[in-house]
Amino acid sequence: MTIATATAGTAAVLAVNNIEVVYHDTIQVLRGLSLSVPRGAVVALLGANGAGKTTTLKAVSRLLELENGAVTAGDIRFADQPIAGLAPHTLVRRGLFHVLEGRRVFEDLTVEENLTAATYACRSGTARAGFELVYEYFPRLYERRTSTAGYLSGGEQQMLAIGRALIASPQLMLLDEPSLGLSPILVETIFEIIARINREQGTALLLVEQNAAMAFAIASYAYILETGKVVIDGPVERLMRDEDVREFYLGQGGRSYRDVKHYKRRKRWLS
Amino acid sequence: MDWLFLFEVAIAGLGAGGLYALAAVGFVVVYKATRVVNMAIGEILMLGAFVFFGFASGLGWPPWAAVPAALVVGGLFGGVVERTMIRPMLGESPIAVFMITVGLGSLLVGLVELVWSPEPRRLPAFLPDAPIFLPTPWGEAYVSPKTAYASAAALVLITGFMLAFRYWRGGVALRATATDRGAAYTVGINVPLVFATAWIAGSVAAFGAGVLLGAIGGISSTMGVFGLSVLVVVIVGGLDSLLGALVAGLLIGLLEALAGTFLGGEYKLLVTFGLLVVVLLIRPYGLFGTREIERL
Ligand SMILES: Nc1ncnc2c1ncn2[C@@H]1O[C@H](COP(=O)(O)OP(=O)(O)O)[C@@H](O)[C@H]1O
Ligand SMILES: [Mg+2]
Repeated sequence: MTIATATAGTAAVLAVNNIEVVYHDTIQVLRGLSLSVPRGAVVALLGANGAGKTTTLKAVSRLLELENGAVTAGDIRFADQPIAGLAPHTLVRRGLFHVLEGRRVFEDLTVEENLTAATYACRSGTARAGFELVYEYFPRLYERRTSTAGYLSGGEQQMLAIGRALIASPQLMLLDEPSLGLSPILVETIFEIIARINREQGTALLLVEQNAAMAFAIASYAYILETGKVVIDGPVERLMRDEDVREFYLGQGGRSYRDVKHYKRRKRWLS
Repeated sequence: MDWLFLFEVAIAGLGAGGLYALAAVGFVVVYKATRVVNMAIGEILMLGAFVFFGFASGLGWPPWAAVPAALVVGGLFGGVVERTMIRPMLGESPIAVFMITVGLGSLLVGLVELVWSPEPRRLPAFLPDAPIFLPTPWGEAYVSPKTAYASAAALVLITGFMLAFRYWRGGVALRATATDRGAAYTVGINVPLVFATAWIAGSVAAFGAGVLLGAIGGISSTMGVFGLSVLVVVIVGGLDSLLGALVAGLLIGLLEALAGTFLGGEYKLLVTFGLLVVVLLIRPYGLFGTREIERL
């Protein structure tokens, strides 16, 4: 059983067990998805566009209900507690922070106000120390603290999105495509900082990425999603040696992405 | 040209504008946080005036107790409306919610007429009534004390709202929610609580405006038509801008006074709606509104 391998030794901070997710009571997007994130670990969740990665994260952070989505089967446990019935803002205060796809900074607010807003994620009131920690990881944000967030560059906005999470010192951060739309150099920078946060703060990360190579560089375990199901999972060292994974997700098979998709459709080894 | 007279008219207009602005703030706070177009703003204002009347005349409370009591009832009222009428509509089409607020308006008129009967009344005087004279280069200008004090009170309330919006953590949460509701949830903001707070604050502002307006011109169950001018103010100022509410409130108060005095009462509406059309043509989102906001 794959979950056993992932959780072996440590307790999982997050355990998703066989969930199904349906939007608008009709569109089924996740079909029996299971995954687990050990305490303090970095776990990658990969897969093509539309595979259901974002949906998985929203199921975990309980934002699904805001979009007419519902978990119709299975269960999710965070820090050994079932999350069913919790409001998203309650879950955040317990230490599960979801950094949304596309950064989603509060554009009309200044950098500092964005961080102030994020202090609602802290367990007890505001912590000035939280601000200093954010500015230590992202000196650039300190320089721009009075700027309106809407005027920041994409990289700076991504820093702010992660900074907002950092202020709450969560046990688990869900990161949805932090590399989206950033230049390769910026992606490197962001990933270095993400890795540092994991190392130094002990924050577990569930990292959704299109950029599999980048994700493999910092993750210890990975799940690959295809139409709402996990099709491959394992320790990253093993997946990196896997021929199929190399070909489809690391782009080392000498084929274009389109060929790969076409090939996949024919081969049907996935289901 | 009688400059002194012009000055007096302008001051009176700005004074009335202060009340427009306060009621408009009541509208804007709700719209900004929840994107609900509150068509009942005029009727909520009227209810505020009658609740004050109930405390001050009905129960015989002194003004220093009746005014805060009316504001507290305003807050409760806002909370109850949000919880029972607006929150269940979350996720429904904006038009449905819009209609709910229209219904709320008629409901309030009916309620007030049932409880207090429709005929106009005077509020017990509580604003100082010693006439005020302002020195100007053209002589001493007379300022109606009621309008002056009511408007000053309105401006103090508006300033309070603006400071809270800018510096209070709850104000930051409200602006964050206004900018991106989904992201607000992810940073731990209790979004439904923000909605409730906005309705509470908005209703307190409207109740306050009602009490002040009633103190100047008396109260009646048709006071709600004031809401029409308030809607013009918020459209001109920008639906989601407190500063817009303030500036447009003063501007429209001024314009109405000038038009009413120099062109005749029947031109008041013509001039305000003329301004409305011009502003909509040039800046569809209002003088200070956020660009992506749809037209009303
Ligand atoms: N709010 C929604 N309502 C209906 N369908 C949705 C919604 N969000 C996502 N979907 C559908 O669910 C599938 C998975 O989407 P998503 O989880 O965003 O994938 P990914 O993040 O892997 O690209 C897609 O087919 C998408 O169209
Ligand atoms: Mg996605």
